[in-house]
Amino acid sequence: MIVASLAFYLFSFMAVIGALNVIFQRNPVHSVLWLIFTFFNAAALFVLLGAEFVAMILVVVYVGAVAVLFLFVVMMLDINVVVIREGFLKYLPVGATIAVILLAELAIVAGGWTFADRANVLRVVRTTSEVSNTEALGRVLYTDYAYLFQASGLVLLVAMIGAIVLTMRRRPGVRKQKISDQVNRSSKDTVVVVQVEPGKGLS
Amino acid sequence: MSEAEAPALAVGLSHYLTVSAILFTLGIFGIFLNRKNLIVIMMSIELMLLAVNINLVAFSSFLGDLVGQVFTMLVLTVAAAEAAIGLAIVVVFYRNRRSIEVEDINQMKG
Repeated sequence: MIVASLAFYLFSFMAVIGALNVIFQRNPVHSVLWLIFTFFNAAALFVLLGAEFVAMILVVVYVGAVAVLFLFVVMMLDINVVVIREGFLKYLPVGATIAVILLAELAIVAGGWTFADRANVLRVVRTTSEVSNTEALGRVLYTDYAYLFQASGLVLLVAMIGAIVLTMRRRPGVRKQKISDQVNRSSKDTVVVVQVEPGKGLS
Repeated sequence: MSEAEAPALAVGLSHYLTVSAILFTLGIFGIFLNRKNLIVIMMSIELMLLAVNINLVAFSSFLGDLVGQVFTMLVLTVAAAEAAIGLAIVVVFYRNRRSIEVEDINQMKG
């Protein structure tokens, strides 16, 4: 029990450290790497909570896909790091004020909050110790929430098409092979037969 | 749900809520701080979504209700889609303006 508690404190502390570094790092590449660190620690917290499947999904989707996408975009764009830090101190007071206010509000909410009396009765899908977390989640996800599951797939499809359409461009200087133009080309348009008189040549 | 007789070091729901509140606040802070870099702002949004996910999973675990984890997966999906679209917009914007500062993004102003 005490090991689990210590693990919680370790992972949550590391997650907060990682989040702080995401914000305060000078180089965006370092920010992305700290974001990956934070995601790993959050996944460990999920494991502590008994949600193994979501933890693994977090590692695969966030670390494997989203963070690497961020990394590629950061490396593709040639950003001047010095310029980026201008105005950092300018926005520090207002940002800190709003952050402190928000944290105080969240503390008030968390302090005065309790479970409802009927919270146990109102549970929709109860967790059982008979099956593993992944199996229980699968049983729910593919039956009761099948439509939502399909809808999230559609969201991903639309996002994929949108990203492709947004970033596709035709560059004028680049030569590409156009098969249809090659097939439609006829000899009448391109070849000219010229009678060359002897001794004169072509001018 | 009775935290009164819990041992001193035991981790309850409120601990997880605290961590998620701190992460969410750091996300907001990052949005205000990094006005010159759109990508760090998007990373801050990812941090906030992560905080929300921690909240959902913590409630799901402590209540014994699996729906919170289902909802977490939906939030993950939307976060991935948002990151893809947002980064595509950032790339297109950078091609046009050679900058990703927030103050430069005013082309749609009438």
